[in-house]
Amino acid sequence: MRRACFKFSWIAAALLAPQLLIIFIFFYWPSAQALYWAFTLEQPWGGGNTWVGFDNFTKVLSDPYYWGSVRVSVIYALATTVIAMGMALTLAIFVDRQLAGYRAYRVGIIWPYAVAAPAVGLAFQFVFNPGAGIFSYINTIAPGWWDLSKYPWQAVTAIVIAGAWKQVAYSFIFFLAALQSIPRSLTEAAAMDGARPLRRMVDMQLPLLTPTFFFLLVINITDSFTDSFGIVDTLTGGGPFRATDLMVYKIYADGFRGFDYSGAAAQSIILMLLVMALTFVQFRYVERRVHYT
Amino acid sequence: MIERTPLLNIATHLILILGLVIILVPIWLAFVAATHTLQAVNSAPVEFWPGDQLWPNLKEAWVQSDFGPKFVNTLIVSTGVVVGKITLACITAFALVFFTFRGRMLIFWAIFITLMLPLEVRIVPTYAVAANALSPFQTIMDATGISWLIATLSGVEVALEWNLLNSYTGLILPLVATATGTFLYRQFFLTIPDELVEAARMDGAGPLRFLWDVLIPLSKTNIAALATIMFVYAWNQYLWPLLVITDRATYGMVVVQLSDLVPDQLTTGGGTPTWHLAMAATLVVMLPPIVIVIFMQRWFVRGLINTDK
Repeated sequence: MRRACFKFSWIAAALLAPQLLIIFIFFYWPSAQALYWAFTLEQPWGGGNTWVGFDNFTKVLSDPYYWGSVRVSVIYALATTVIAMGMALTLAIFVDRQLAGYRAYRVGIIWPYAVAAPAVGLAFQFVFNPGAGIFSYINTIAPGWWDLSKYPWQAVTAIVIAGAWKQVAYSFIFFLAALQSIPRSLTEAAAMDGARPLRRMVDMQLPLLTPTFFFLLVINITDSFTDSFGIVDTLTGGGPFRATDLMVYKIYADGFRGFDYSGAAAQSIILMLLVMALTFVQFRYVERRVHYT
Repeated sequence: MIERTPLLNIATHLILILGLVIILVPIWLAFVAATHTLQAVNSAPVEFWPGDQLWPNLKEAWVQSDFGPKFVNTLIVSTGVVVGKITLACITAFALVFFTFRGRMLIFWAIFITLMLPLEVRIVPTYAVAANALSPFQTIMDATGISWLIATLSGVEVALEWNLLNSYTGLILPLVATATGTFLYRQFFLTIPDELVEAARMDGAGPLRFLWDVLIPLSKTNIAALATIMFVYAWNQYLWPLLVITDRATYGMVVVQLSDLVPDQLTTGGGTPTWHLAMAATLVVMLPPIVIVIFMQRWFVRGLINTDK
């Protein structure tokens, strides 16, 4: 693709070596290791591995707790994605009108991106706390009605809201960038044809956002599988009764608290396949099918 | 705007203000909690306006969590990750774009695929590698018989060990590999005109001089954009430091400290939850990346959009 190049020499090899070495040690090797563990049974206190075939997978897949974890992960992924993207899209479309104070609005919506997931979890734990936060109001009216540590649906609602709160900024940035890349001549032509702002939003801007929309859909779902750890760990700790035991959290708990490396590895492999499938869908279909510009 | 739409403008402002309020409320409540005393925070009618205890609470939270050394650690690790990522991204992309050799695309894809599996997904085996970063080579040498060969020839038992747990290296190294950064740099390098390369070669510049004297000055905006997003990424790391660092007093990072502040039965021993301190600490921890994002907004947005698209 490039005509003028340097000839390959030891310099190129030396420049490539560090990154390749690091991804080999910390990426490819552990992934292979996970695959190995998933098909063997490892003794946590040493003593070698024995080949067990698909036993670890059948054990994981026949575990009702695992399916509970999958269920809540899917609920969490869909709910946070819908809430975050809906809110981000609405805000982006109105910020894009560039009225007075446009910059202030933009900063005001972007900054949550910088907040660490465990900090979000901790802040929301206070907000949703039955004894001290605003929800203590509800409990003065109906004592004992709101308690995250007792009612699973409340805990799930809490992590969904916290997760969505954290995700809004990211989608907002992308929606706004996409809206601003719509040529002004297009907007003006639509206005000349008599399309008022609301009509333009529905019939012009939204269709033009489709590629961004699908891109964000996949990214948000993938992120909710992988980024949720910090929020769950500080907000609910996986409880009550494992109601918020998201997949990444369960891998961590099984692997590092239960010392069940093989089970955790089997779960990792399943999650890896899931994330890879989503990324594949992203590249193969979304990028190709939806294309307007 | 093109036409006058007074009613819609009012609606726009209302919707945006509502959005801002929704986004601000949780952090506002956390902030208010951090400005009151223990009794005020835990009494039934919730305070909506800040009190006068912010400074004492911040001070107490700071001392209680021993934030001083932890901020230094976090700063060291974040700087290490940012510098490491940018350097690696730059030199890898340079080698991939400006040199011709077979297997170039293969290497590009090998790096690009790492995007698909974030650290959280392969956390257990990665932790095992961190306990001994040389274990891959040990296993390979054992499997291929090289270590047996060395042992019989020289009598030296091959036992490679490099423990990364409880060290800055362990915190930084697994985080510096960067597919997104390499990708961003590659995109930028592809826009460099061939004439520039030819001119540099005509003037007798070798590849390294070309990289240092021509490309790096040209990629300053790239560096600023990458540095902003990578700093936020590194500062907010939670799961990895939580596992790798057991010696929190020496190597602890501020974000991990939050896990100790959750006021539950464990930390308060059945006493009144110390929300005012937990919230004060949360504010302290979340502030630096927020400041960076607000002040570096332009670079931050550019970096985010260019790396992911």
